[in-house]
Amino acid sequence: MALLEVKDLRTRFRTDDGIVKAVSGVSFDLDRGKTLGVVGESGSGKSVTFLTVMGLVDRRHAEVEGSVLFDGEEILGASGQRLQKVRGKRIGMIFQDPMTSLNPVKKIGWQLEEAVLLHNDVTRAEARRRAIDILKEVEIPKADTRVDDYPHQFSGGMRQRVMIAMALINNPEVLIADEPTTALDVTTQAQILRLMTKLQEEHQMAIVMITHDLGVVAELADDVFVMYGGRVVEEAGVNDLFAKPEMPYTWGLLGSLPRLTMTTDRLEQIPGQPPSLLHPPTGCAFSPRCAYVFDRCRQELPELRAGAVGEGHLFRCHLGDDERARIWAEKKAAFEAAEGSAA
Amino acid sequence: MVQFLIRRIFWAFFLFFVATIITYIIFFVIPTDPAQIACGVHCVPAILKQVRHSLHLDLPIYQQYWIFVWNMVKHQSLGYSFVNGASVRWVIGQDAPVTASLVFGGAVFWLALSIPIGILSALRPRSIVDRFAMVFVLVGISAPAVWIGLILAYLIGFKLGWTPIAGYCNLLPGGAAGTCSGPAEWAYHLILPWMTFMFLFAALYVRLIRANVMETMTEDYVRTARAKGASAQRVLFQHVLRNSMLPVVTILGMDIGLALGGAVFTETVFQLRGLGSDLVQSAFKDDLPVVVGVVVFATLAVIVFNFLVDVAYAWLDPRIRLNT
Amino acid sequence: MSEPLLVVEELQKYFPVTRGLIFQKEVAQVKAVDGVSFTLEQGQTLGVVGESGCGKSTMARCLARLLEPTGGKIFFEGRDITHLNRNDMRPIRRDMMMVFQDPYASLNARKRVGSIVGEPLEVHGIGTEHDRKRRVQELLEIVGLNPEHYNRFPHEFSGGQRQRIGIARALVINPKLVICDEPVSALDVSVQAQILNLLKDLQQDFDLTYIFIAHDLNVVRHVSDRVMVMYLGKPVETGSKQDLYEAPKHPYTGALLSAVPIADPAAGRARRQIVLTGDVPSPLNPPAACRFHPRCPRFVDGKCNVDEPLLSPVSGHADHEFACHFPLEHWPMDEQEIRRKPAALAGTAD
Repeated sequence: MALLEVKDLRTRFRTDDGIVKAVSGVSFDLDRGKTLGVVGESGSGKSVTFLTVMGLVDRRHAEVEGSVLFDGEEILGASGQRLQKVRGKRIGMIFQDPMTSLNPVKKIGWQLEEAVLLHNDVTRAEARRRAIDILKEVEIPKADTRVDDYPHQFSGGMRQRVMIAMALINNPEVLIADEPTTALDVTTQAQILRLMTKLQEEHQMAIVMITHDLGVVAELADDVFVMYGGRVVEEAGVNDLFAKPEMPYTWGLLGSLPRLTMTTDRLEQIPGQPPSLLHPPTGCAFSPRCAYVFDRCRQELPELRAGAVGEGHLFRCHLGDDERARIWAEKKAAFEAAEGSAA
Repeated sequence: MVQFLIRRIFWAFFLFFVATIITYIIFFVIPTDPAQIACGVHCVPAILKQVRHSLHLDLPIYQQYWIFVWNMVKHQSLGYSFVNGASVRWVIGQDAPVTASLVFGGAVFWLALSIPIGILSALRPRSIVDRFAMVFVLVGISAPAVWIGLILAYLIGFKLGWTPIAGYCNLLPGGAAGTCSGPAEWAYHLILPWMTFMFLFAALYVRLIRANVMETMTEDYVRTARAKGASAQRVLFQHVLRNSMLPVVTILGMDIGLALGGAVFTETVFQLRGLGSDLVQSAFKDDLPVVVGVVVFATLAVIVFNFLVDVAYAWLDPRIRLNT
Repeated sequence: MSEPLLVVEELQKYFPVTRGLIFQKEVAQVKAVDGVSFTLEQGQTLGVVGESGCGKSTMARCLARLLEPTGGKIFFEGRDITHLNRNDMRPIRRDMMMVFQDPYASLNARKRVGSIVGEPLEVHGIGTEHDRKRRVQELLEIVGLNPEHYNRFPHEFSGGQRQRIGIARALVINPKLVICDEPVSALDVSVQAQILNLLKDLQQDFDLTYIFIAHDLNVVRHVSDRVMVMYLGKPVETGSKQDLYEAPKHPYTGALLSAVPIADPAAGRARRQIVLTGDVPSPLNPPAACRFHPRCPRFVDGKCNVDEPLLSPVSGHADHEFACHFPLEHWPMDEQEIRRKPAALAGTAD
């Protein structure tokens, strides 16, 4: 049994302009100790999916359906009290912007201790000791004195380390990281990603890495799913996804990345822009932008199914297996032709 | 932090002088003759000249101002009323406690009312509580204090007879015979004035608090706190309130400082001899020393309170305190 | 031999830091840009890459004279424009336009698109109203938007479309030089490719010269001919894109290249990344001598923190310059290799 099993998750927001279908039927499993990469652009629903899993969406404005089993127990729609026992203790979450995600008027030591005291019956002194230990673990220099500093006294990279410390202080089984390095410099990003890998090994925890950066996913994830228009459009092991993507959107994403090894001038581009979740297109959400679209695509939503590749690799597309294999072979040849001397 | 405070104190002094100079200058632009007023109705030119000299009115304006400052600093004197010769300092000493009672008491009430309503409205937008609060706000801001005061005085004071409708009682027991005193009487006489005075402020603060709390609830760090497993109650008290109340502290200090200059309308309706009514009546009678005296006091009050607000803000918000 | 379009010599921009009880006096300076020099030929693209605090955005604003340089010189088409007053700068601004990072903030939300794109024409008094409208519509079509959307407001467009509007506005008066300050950083990946392709097409069609500032090395490589790497206000390496990406000399360039995640699981996991220690320091208090020395994996005590390395060319390759006492001998290198300092080099001048 997987640690986290999500089935047919749906989240709809009631807004003044109408109903926004942020998540329209997402299912996945997360196993212990594994890293799941979730790739998508703005409006794909990737963040909302996990905010819903954690119960952090505002129930007054949102309708939520589906099932979220954490360690066998249903937590979707659970009472506030039950959710609080899970959040911050067994599932930790970190967010994109470290500048605004920490309370500016409380010392970080206080914020770390709060995380401990919410879930453990220990003294304040013990909580403080754990806070200093975890700060050392995330490689913050002079942890003993810096524990009494305020968030604005730390740089962006350091603040993100503090956030990671706060999420890990209770040794959770799952860490959900929502674009944790997007706001950071590239060398800082490399440090944070390396830190997360190290901590994952030491704490034996599962990580969900939500990002738009395919490079990050390639380096960290075991399994990946790609989201578009509120749904999962492709799901595979990381090697399979990059070696043989099965869906036009994924082809487009991979093709549009400027790569250090490329020599041609033109990038493959996907025309148009991500779909509106207020008035999503009928049929396949990608159909307005797809170069291989035909009538059926516009009328009927493709099911998430396995192809000739095998059970572990699912995708949503009406194109036949042969057709897709042919198109991918062409694209792959074109990619390779475009590669100059390897860096 | 110390640097910050020293700088604020320096500016406080500077502002004080600017405010009093301007008041002085205004009075000299007004085309009335204080000497004439001080001299009285039966005045002859010879005595008028003497009066003018004793009031230093024959000196250039900057010398008059300097004398005024000197008196204030050396003798703690604010001069004497042109109308009745009373020491301005004594007048203010008598009347400031009245205004202070009204303002501070009113502040306690308006905060006690607006904070819970503001928070509840923010937590349940568009609910019945919220809509009721917004109506209250609308009425509070639109209705003039005089009108509210008179309505309350008529209904509760006169018709129902529940509270007195005029007069002030000293807080501390004792005092001249025939005057009321003691905490109970003091509060009893101030109930209607408090309710009148605080109405406008309560309305403004409900709106302010509601907006601040609603905005703070959407901040990222509140989401982080929830993700840590904090209960809604804890999130509210530990994370939301402290941050959303910061602007309230600033404005509260300013409002109290300003109000101490005289809550004129309320004092008039309920016949409380406070600084507000002093100021207005003295202005009508061209009684410069009293006017200047009240301005000095009010300026001091505003400056002191702004300073306290700055200190409080720096203490509450570590970002200001620890400027690296 | 034609004259280079833009020549920059030792450009400096310092911001004063004031302290004081009553009267503020300057106690320190933030040296945001501290000695940048380069030459840009017409039709070329110079990519400027660096992390936060490196001064690339400040430099861009100095070049466009949105900020007044504190020192150094800027020559545009041979003319010294460093301290020209507003009136004299005005005709030059027709040839030098800027595209900004944030497609949501750089367009006035209260103006219609036609008015936004047409504003440069209006400011410089070009053409009649009718002419201007036609030109604007022409540009909208060139950047891939529907010319009939002339009367719409910015909020009716997506991020990528807004960026196109910004580009149209920059091109409407036929500039020679376009300074792009992180033009695709705020866009989704799938839209980013559209804008990059568009910029390249426009460069060819209109013989444009670009200065392209970005933090994403992949993007910079794709659009640039020459690349300059900046760190804490100074350039640490400049060269053609082949030189920089295939044979970098400065350890910081190496670390940057190494830090970029690769969208290929096998390759990405096989390599051993060079990961720097510490954070990017603040430009308020830059390290002594070589500014990179506290984080440099090749740091040699007594040399790197005492002698400041100057920009000097690679032997036999005048176009490729770097500022380091112990440059990389080959590339690629992994973390272990980069930390090995050849004994022969240590102690000698570069």
